[in-house]
Amino acid sequence: MVQFAIEIPYWGQSLLRVVGGLVAVLLPAGGIVYLFLFKMMSFMQSRLGPMEAGPYGSLQLVAEVGKWMQKEDLAPERADVPIYKIAPLIVLLSTFLLIVVVPFGPDAYFTDFETGIFYAMAVGSVSVLGILIAGWSSANKYSLLGGLRAAGQLIAYELPMVLATLGVVIQAGSMNLNQIVVAQNDGEIFGFGGLGNPFIITQFVGFLIFMIAVQAELTQVPFDMPIAESELVSGYMTEYSGFRFLIFFIAEFATAGVFAFIASILFLGGWGIPFDWFGWDGADLGTVDNWMNVAGPIIMATKMFILVAIIMWVRFSYPRFREDQLQTFAWKFLIPLSLANIAATAILKVSF
Amino acid sequence: MTLTDRQQLSYIASQAADARLNVELETEGMTLNIGPQHPATHGTLRIICRLDGEQVIWAEPSAGYMHRGYEKLTEVRTFPQVTTLVNRIDWLGSFANEVPFILAAEKLMEIEAPPRAQVIRTILFELSRIANVSLFLGDLGVQMGAVTPVFLAFRDREYVLNLIESATGGRFHPNFDRIGGLKDDLPKGWIDEARQSVKKLMQFCDTIEDLLFGNEIFQSRMRGIGVIPAEVAKDYGLSGPNLRASGVDWDLRRDQELPMAWDKADWKVWTHPDGDSWARCWIRLQETRESCKIVEQLLDQIPAGPVMTKVPRIIKVPAGEAWVSTENPLGEMGYYVVSKGDLGPFRVKIRSASFNNISVVPWVLKGVYVPDVITILASLYFILGDIDR
Repeated sequence: MVQFAIEIPYWGQSLLRVVGGLVAVLLPAGGIVYLFLFKMMSFMQSRLGPMEAGPYGSLQLVAEVGKWMQKEDLAPERADVPIYKIAPLIVLLSTFLLIVVVPFGPDAYFTDFETGIFYAMAVGSVSVLGILIAGWSSANKYSLLGGLRAAGQLIAYELPMVLATLGVVIQAGSMNLNQIVVAQNDGEIFGFGGLGNPFIITQFVGFLIFMIAVQAELTQVPFDMPIAESELVSGYMTEYSGFRFLIFFIAEFATAGVFAFIASILFLGGWGIPFDWFGWDGADLGTVDNWMNVAGPIIMATKMFILVAIIMWVRFSYPRFREDQLQTFAWKFLIPLSLANIAATAILKVSF
Repeated sequence: MTLTDRQQLSYIASQAADARLNVELETEGMTLNIGPQHPATHGTLRIICRLDGEQVIWAEPSAGYMHRGYEKLTEVRTFPQVTTLVNRIDWLGSFANEVPFILAAEKLMEIEAPPRAQVIRTILFELSRIANVSLFLGDLGVQMGAVTPVFLAFRDREYVLNLIESATGGRFHPNFDRIGGLKDDLPKGWIDEARQSVKKLMQFCDTIEDLLFGNEIFQSRMRGIGVIPAEVAKDYGLSGPNLRASGVDWDLRRDQELPMAWDKADWKVWTHPDGDSWARCWIRLQETRESCKIVEQLLDQIPAGPVMTKVPRIIKVPAGEAWVSTENPLGEMGYYVVSKGDLGPFRVKIRSASFNNISVVPWVLKGVYVPDVITILASLYFILGDIDR
């Protein structure tokens, strides 16, 4: 482990961690909203998107945030007000809980859990609680339908997601996210280490299942029945306005970013570049050069934006499933497929 | 088959147990108001649904939130002024609204538009059909969460609207049809422009077919959903694409003798045997293509001559009653005009397509799920102005 050259007191480290967490969550969210929601969507639909605020409309998001902050914080008359007000915070909380385990470099992480992926899968479903109580406490029929749909959907897709990551865990032999990154970059394909061994090659089925499950977890089209703006107005966030709506909005895109980070760690080699290039040794992280702590986040962000681009591409071009079709797809197709994937991985792991 | 006492008793007991269970587990249904302000209702239609879970057990459309009283208003207008009003009934295909009324008035006056005016009328009629249905094709995606098609629809619909605007002066409300012909002749270069625009619209149809109709999710949402058999469709007075999607081969453009130019073009009336949402959408896609074909062919056949016959300066329509209906974008639209020989009509009854088309909603929505309510309503394709007049 590389030690800091200067001693930073504990409170300073804590402050740095908080600031780092905010940056790691909000910066990708802002980037995703601008790059994909504003620009890519517009270009796909043969229009320009925002062009006035800042160069090429890049400050549009700031203007939007300003607009939302000004709006009145309304609660419906018959709503369960304290719960109603806390719901968006719970949804955003799960995003911050997730970013805690994501490693951005050999030493650039917030915490280094031995069972990082287990923790990530566990806290990723905290947002269901927020969505469910948002739907219930709004005292609105559309919200209620949306919240119940969300609960059913998110629980159904939690399972293929966990099962898809299991293949990776078997192959890497570790639940620690940093170790999974090392296993990929230190790996070899038939004795050739120039590419590392990103698990997207061997775990391609798992990758597809994971991305589909992420799409569903994020309630993006084609799995956006909880929001379903043409049916349920806006689903569980129908009654929210102003700042609380903004929190839902941030949470949606920040979670997209965090899940893409996790997917890039699991399948694309995370922060690393093939260790073979510089002769680093995977067994000892200390041999990895220190500049990887700076280059790592940039590499991660690139991979994350590529993955989010795929998510958003699907989102802007597909129509949505019906609720029962979605459940059928999860239980009758994705889960058997991911179980078969685990079995195949385990057999091949033992035999090679 | 005779039952033994023991069998009968066990049957009765099981029935009683079922009944008891039903009473104990009976949950309170939820009444969901879809509308009057709802994204899926294209305006202010209210559909009252009683839900059991997400299943609709009873549905009733409640129209009238946008009633503007056009039938009554026509009575205080002169005949040429009425087109300004009826334009706004189906606001997406507005030129098509004027034609049946003008034809009815011409029928009462026993005059006929000159051949050139007839062909141009037909072209504009079909263009307004394209403008209307192309928006439907885009909107179909939005009802299911696919946002991209609607922007493509708006982009390509602009070509048609530009054509209508350059010919008539109005994009949405042309008010171009006159008793005895048309207000003006076509502007210079319009025909070439129209040819190119129609080609773009044909491409748009291909794009939508690739992007939306070929999508597996779209198909699984549409096929076998909201089936309306031919008998039910006839009973509820459906017309237009909704009726043809149920397999009834009935198109007023072909089946009726009108002083219009449809018979000069070679085109096909599509029908579909299924009667489900998919059939209704597919029929509309094919009809847009047929409309493009009609326009393409008629552009070569515009005869020379005036666009207006001789009509008196102050039009007084002779006393009598006339009924003319045409195949409008949404279905059969007809005007029953009663004249007492005055400047204005004595009474006008407007038969608009959407009003009859949504009458089937209580029948077809029974037992479907809430997401299907939206797709079925979208595929039935109503326009609020056409329902509420």
